[in-house]
Order: sequence, then C-alpha cells, then structure tokens
Amino acid sequence: MSLKDSSEAIFSESPGKIALRILAKDKRSIISLSILGVIIFLSFMAPVFSHYVADTNPFESSLNATIIVHGAEKPVLEASTTGLGLGVTPIGPTWNIRSYFLGADGQGRDVMARLLYGGRSTLIIGTTAGLLCIFFSLLIGIIAGYRRGWIDAVLSRILDIIWAFPVYLLAISLSVVLLTSGLSIGFIHLGPGSFALPIVIIGVVYIPYVARPIRAQVLALREREFVRAAVGTGAKHSTIIFREILPNVMPSVIVFIPIIVSLSMLTESALSFLSIGVQPPAASWGTIINDGLALLYTRPIVGLAPGLMIVFTAAALNLYGDAVRDALDPKTRARGD
Amino acid sequence: MHRHIKVLSSFAGIAALIVSAVVGTSSASAAAAGPLAPYDAKHAGGTVTLVAQAAAGTLDPKVNYTAQFWQLYQATYDGLLTFSYGSGATTFVVVPDLAEALPVSSNGGKTLTFKLRSGIKFSNGKPVTVADVKASFERIFKVSSPTAGSFYNGIVGAAACLKTPATCKLDKGIVVNAAKNTIVMNLVAADETILSKLAVPHAVINPASAPSKDAGTTIIPTTGAYMFKSYNPNKSLVMVRNPYYKEWSHAAQPQGYPDQILFKFGITPTAQVTAVENNQANWAYDPIPADRLNEIGTKYASQVHVNPLTAMWYLPMNVNIAPFNNVKARQAVNYAIDRAAMVKIFGGTQLAGPVCSFLPPNFPGHVDYCGYTKGATPAKPAKAWTAPDLELAKQLVKDSGTAGQEVGIVVSDDDVNKQMGVYLQSVLTSIGYKATVKPISGNIQFTYIQNTSNKVQISVSQWYQDYPAASDFLDVLLGCASFTPNSDSSINMSGYCNKALDAKMAKAKTLGLTDPVAANKMWGQIDQEVMADAPVAVVFTPKQLDFISSGTKNYIFSLQYKMFVSQLQVK
Repeated sequence: MSLKDSSEAIFSESPGKIALRILAKDKRSIISLSILGVIIFLSFMAPVFSHYVADTNPFESSLNATIIVHGAEKPVLEASTTGLGLGVTPIGPTWNIRSYFLGADGQGRDVMARLLYGGRSTLIIGTTAGLLCIFFSLLIGIIAGYRRGWIDAVLSRILDIIWAFPVYLLAISLSVVLLTSGLSIGFIHLGPGSFALPIVIIGVVYIPYVARPIRAQVLALREREFVRAAVGTGAKHSTIIFREILPNVMPSVIVFIPIIVSLSMLTESALSFLSIGVQPPAASWGTIINDGLALLYTRPIVGLAPGLMIVFTAAALNLYGDAVRDALDPKTRARGD
Repeated sequence: MHRHIKVLSSFAGIAALIVSAVVGTSSASAAAAGPLAPYDAKHAGGTVTLVAQAAAGTLDPKVNYTAQFWQLYQATYDGLLTFSYGSGATTFVVVPDLAEALPVSSNGGKTLTFKLRSGIKFSNGKPVTVADVKASFERIFKVSSPTAGSFYNGIVGAAACLKTPATCKLDKGIVVNAAKNTIVMNLVAADETILSKLAVPHAVINPASAPSKDAGTTIIPTTGAYMFKSYNPNKSLVMVRNPYYKEWSHAAQPQGYPDQILFKFGITPTAQVTAVENNQANWAYDPIPADRLNEIGTKYASQVHVNPLTAMWYLPMNVNIAPFNNVKARQAVNYAIDRAAMVKIFGGTQLAGPVCSFLPPNFPGHVDYCGYTKGATPAKPAKAWTAPDLELAKQLVKDSGTAGQEVGIVVSDDDVNKQMGVYLQSVLTSIGYKATVKPISGNIQFTYIQNTSNKVQISVSQWYQDYPAASDFLDVLLGCASFTPNSDSSINMSGYCNKALDAKMAKAKTLGLTDPVAANKMWGQIDQEVMADAPVAVVFTPKQLDFISSGTKNYIFSLQYKMFVSQLQVK
C-alpha cells in the first residue's frame, strides 16, 4: 500500500474498520486465529468426543478396565512381567481415536478425553479471568485517572500493594487459603473447589498490570484539548468518559486482551499443576501435566500433550496480540506495514 | 518370676507364630533369620544418605508415631527394654537395654522390678539415673504421647496423669531407688504385652530435664550409638556418633557403621529413585513411584529388597460427623472400594495383597474373613475379598440418607497417596457423594487427620505394628482410650468408642496372660465385630520395598523396625 492510498484509507474509514482490514490480511493474525480456532473447537467438543467417539468417562477411575488392541484384550493398567514383576504401567497411545488414542493415565482414564476437557477448563478460566481483569482494570484506571485527587491516591496505593507481591506468589497464597475455605463476599459465595475461585484469583492478581497503564493514559487524555473543550461546554462526566476518554483508551485495552488471556491461562495451568487450581476429578491442562509427572518415565505423553497445547495456545495468543497491536498503531498504519 | 517367665513364653510363642508365617512368605531378598553378626570395624565410617519427600514432624520420641522416625530411634534412644537387633524371629524378641536384665515379675504380674545399668551416659555427657527413668514415664503423659492412654494407662497413677497431664506424678507407679539403682513398676493389672510396650520408642529414657511438652524440632539428648546433630523439617536431619556411647549390648544397641547418617527431605519420590540409582543416596524412604517400579525391578533387581510386613493401609472414617456417623455409609465405603485397584496403585500384587480384616494376615488373632466383598455380609463373611459390590454400596448410601453429602478425603501429597485419594474420590462420587481430595504435606497429614477439630471425614492412612500382638491394632487404633478429641495425638482417628467392645478387648488382654491361644481367638471375634461397625475400611497389606544403592552393603531387615539404618555399610 502506498503512503497516498494509506492516507486516503485513514480518512475514509473508522480506525476499527482499518484495523480489521489490516488484521484480515496479516499472516500472523490468520495463523494464530486458525490455531486458536482449532484448539477452541476441539476443546468444546470434549463431551461429544467422550460420549460418542471414545465412549469413556474421563472423570472416573478405570483401574481394572480392559481394551481390545489388535484383536487381543489388554488391561488398561498392565502389570510388569519382567524382572521382579514390580509395578503397573498404564497403556500407551493406541493411535485409535475410539480407544485410548493417547493412552491412559495412572487412574486408567483416557488421556485424550481428559486433554479436551482440560482445554475447555483452561480456556474458560483463562478467558474469563482475563476479561474480568480487563473490566476491573478499565474501571479502576478510568476512575483513578479521571477523578484524580484522593480517589486516585487510594486506588493507586491499593494497586501498588497488589503489585508489590510477585504475581505467582500472590496467586499461590490466595489459592492455598481460599481452596479449603472458599470465598464469601456478601451474597456471593464461591465454594472450595469451585471453578470461579481460580477465575477470581487470577483476575485480581493481574489488575495492576493493566490498570496502571490505563490510568496513566487517562491522566494524559484528561489534559488534552478536546477533553478540556468538553469540560468547558459543561458536558457531564459520564459523557466525557464514554465519548472522549473511553474511545481513546480502547485500542490499548484491545491490545491487552490477548496478552492478559494468555497470561491468565498460564497462571491457571501453573496453579492447577500445583494442585491449587482446578480440583480433581475435573481436568485442566495443568492438572494433566501433574498427572503426567508421575508417569514421566513410562508414559511421557501424558505430561507432554497438555504441555504442547499450552505452548500452542499461548504462542497463538501472543502472536495475535502482536498483530492487533500493529493493526491499531497509527504509526504502523501510516508506514503501510 | 513365674509370671515373668509365663509372659515371656507367651510372647515368644506369638513371635514364633508370626515369624513362621511371615518369613515363610518373604522374598528371596529377605535376610536370613538370626542374631546380628559381630561388629566388623573395617566397614566403619562414611556417611549414609537417606532421602524422603518430607520429614515426619516432631523429633520428640515420646510424641512421634511414624515408622519413618521410629526407624531412626532404634539407633539413638533406648528404653529399659527393646526389640532385639538381628533378623527374622530375633527382631520380635524383647531384650534388656538400659535395664541390666528382663524385669523380675511379682505380685501376680502387677509388679515389675528393673535394675538400671550403670555407667551409661546421655549424649550431653550426663549419666542416666533412675530419676531420669521416672521422669521419662511421667513425660509420656505430660507430652500427651499418642499411646499414653493405650500402652501406659495400666501404670498405677496413670489415670490421674491422663486427666491432668501437666501435673503428672507417678510416685506409686514408678518407684525408684537411687542407691540400689532399681526401678519398680506397679501396674493396676497384669498386662501380657507390657514388655513389648516398654520396648517401643514412646518408653525410651530421656533426661529428666527434657521439656514437659512436645519438643518439636528441639533435640533431646540420646543414649544410643547416634545422636541427633540438627533437624530442619524442611531440609534435613543429621545424626552423628554419640561421643559418650560405648556398646553395652550387641542385641539391644549395637555399634553402628556409618560416622554420619544424613536424612534429606524435600526430595520427590522419583528424584529419590534417581539419586539411589546414581549412588547419590543410599536409600529411598518413600514408596517407589509406580512408573519407576518396573525399571528398578529389572535393571536394579539386586538392589531391591521386598519383605512382608504386618501392616495395613486403611481408610479411617470419622464416626462422629456426617456422613460417616451412619454405619450404613461406612459399610457402603467398605463394599464400594476395589481393593485390587488400590493394590495396582500401590505397585501391583508383588507389593501388596487385598484384605478387609482389621488384623493383618499371619498376625496373632487374624481370621481369614471378609464381610465386605461381593456376595458376603459382615454376618455371613467370605473367606477372602474377591470383588467390590457397587450396587449394594449405592443402596446402602441411599438407605442411610446421606446421598449427595460432601465428603473431603485427606491424603498425604506424595504420588501414591494422592492417586489413592483420586481413586477414592471417584468411588465415593460413583456411590452418591460429592467427594473432593485434599492432599496435604506428609509432614503434617498423620497428625492432622487425628485432630477432630480439623473435621476430617475420611482419610488414607497406614498402620505398622508397634509390637506383635492383636491389641496393638484393635485396642490402639479403635479403643476408647486412644481417642482424645481436639488433639494431634489421637491415634483412634475414627473417634470410635464402643464400650462393649472395649470391655471385650480388656477381657482378651487379661485372658492373654494365661491362655494366649484362647485370647487370640477372642481377638479374632472382636475383629469381626469391629468391622461389622465399619469405623474404617481396611484396603490391603503392603510389603516393604527397600531400594538401596549399589555401594550400600549389609542390608538387614527387621520385622519390627524394618531396615536397620545404623547397620548399613558404605565402606
């Protein structure tokens, strides 16, 4: 695209439409969205896979189950027949989509079915926590930056306190405490082991990382001519916030979304790996890696498969985040990249 | 004296019974039966490194009740009596330790007279006196030792000590004579197992100056071949030679081989196996992870020792809180669990065998029966467990009116225990409960599940015999005296107290003094009556698998205390 064409496009279309048009042509965006699309589709097909394809209950131990492999019946957990005859090993990948495609875990459960269910948990928790974080960060950032004064001082100090803790340390501490007792705030009660607990914990610990840049941006916007003009004309605060401030903050917020969702997913997996996130028998990629840890020597695929899923999902989200940032950046657009 | 001989002979009979059965089924790797070989000074020296995932809590020998630390106490602390070093039958024989000889029994077995050996010093250089002996017995009650109410409640004055531990005085129960160096122990009634009870670590002799509360990580001076140098439950426990030790009895407290015994904590079971394979550690404490068993059983078969144990893995259920305050709910768990599946998690049939009786196979009083297998009831038991009965279990849950209730399963956080918990959760969910697994550090799990204030509903636990008598299982684990509400030292984890059965147990103990065979028959009946009430679900009898490094020699297995750590040779 030439500089002239680019300039014409800028004046004839809204920034959002321009960004979408750029994203639609951006290879990074296409590749990352394709990967995410496949992972999301497969994960949300978990019940269909378990019920209609593999015919298995991935949340129930099947230590005495047997399967047919090459016409012969084999136990899902095989007792050793060599040496001193010690140990029992779960069956490895059969590469048969209908029966233990990726093998069994230590409880005789179908790893493939749990991987898909795990993806569903990780994606739901990561995305919801990320959006929760973005929503509250936006709220806090705009209030603090727009109102300034003591409200800003109080909110900023609260953010400072949360920021003072290393994010994982804070998430782990909150999880350990809330895991056994649950969380009660007014009429809201989240029971121990509830999916909502990791969502809230992860959502909270990342708020300062988003709220502070937004606050800084709002503080700068507050001094801009168009905002002063709106104040001078006697516009209401809500009108100024929704018409003047918010549209100018939104590009940054949109760039934050894939990054925070990606970080939230990684944190969820870490907490679940440490047994303080998603609670068994529910699965998340983190819990499956934890299960796989005990089988690292005999059935490494149990730990590797969810690990690879996390890598692909996080990489795709980060790649998409980069593409979104470039698409929303006027300088990049002006360069015609 | 007659009673004394009688007691010993009946004890020897029990030991012989167990040994003939147990040793007969042991693996080829089990050491031959016999006394300990003479000390060979050319193998002395070096450091033996032991590795474990977690420490076993308090180091206080009167409070700690874990096989992990009891294995160390045999080389550090001494009682008036102890179980003999050696292998096979020898290790069930009680021998004099700090006492010069076995006690002289009089007054119908109610009075035992000991003479304290002279010239023995604690590791702080102070001599062991009869005052230390008296203080040590009083300390059992002052620190609320887990067995205070079950092992030592027969000492005259113990009843008052159990009520007000802080001011415990055993002036009439333990009468000492400093001039003659004698200790007279007066019992309320004769006790057939008193010698065994005096031989376990809770009866060791500490300095009179030892704290009158749980010492925790504070080191109490020892009398044995080794003393504790440092203890950090998050890092390590270091044992070094006791400079004041001089061997007084090769059978009771023999000289050890290594100069230092280093017990490292915080090492995962799989890292433990790797460390032993690479000669970076001499022995792995924790159960070997399932995915390493085949490897060590094939590549390192010569370093693997499998020995039978008189022990059990079981599921204590809290009979005082829902849902297990309902006998049908407890029976449902007993019917539902697939013991063969849990054996698989433990490592397969080479390492464990399913059971549902309380007393382990080949143990005094054991009867081959199972009331909780398909096609059987507690009233019409089968000979052995064959399969779970899920349908009956579901029906019992429905009948109990407890379906849909939340159940928390507290397990230790090592791989094997966690897998047991996950399996159990699956089973409890399938019979109608909302079950969750709560893995907690092995450092605290054993005491946590004992304390009723933690409201533990069901847990996974293990029990290894203290001494070879049925009372050590039934009376200790399910007797009323072993239940202390809101205490970390309440070994009756189920909180089960059946007065009628308690009386029967007392009767069986008395009968054991005169007719051990009839007494064991009675214990067998008590076992069945207890299990009809199902305060626990017994799962399987484990075998002990010891994996030692290629550079470690002189592995000796004791049926009483398992591997003798102090006898390992690294030179």
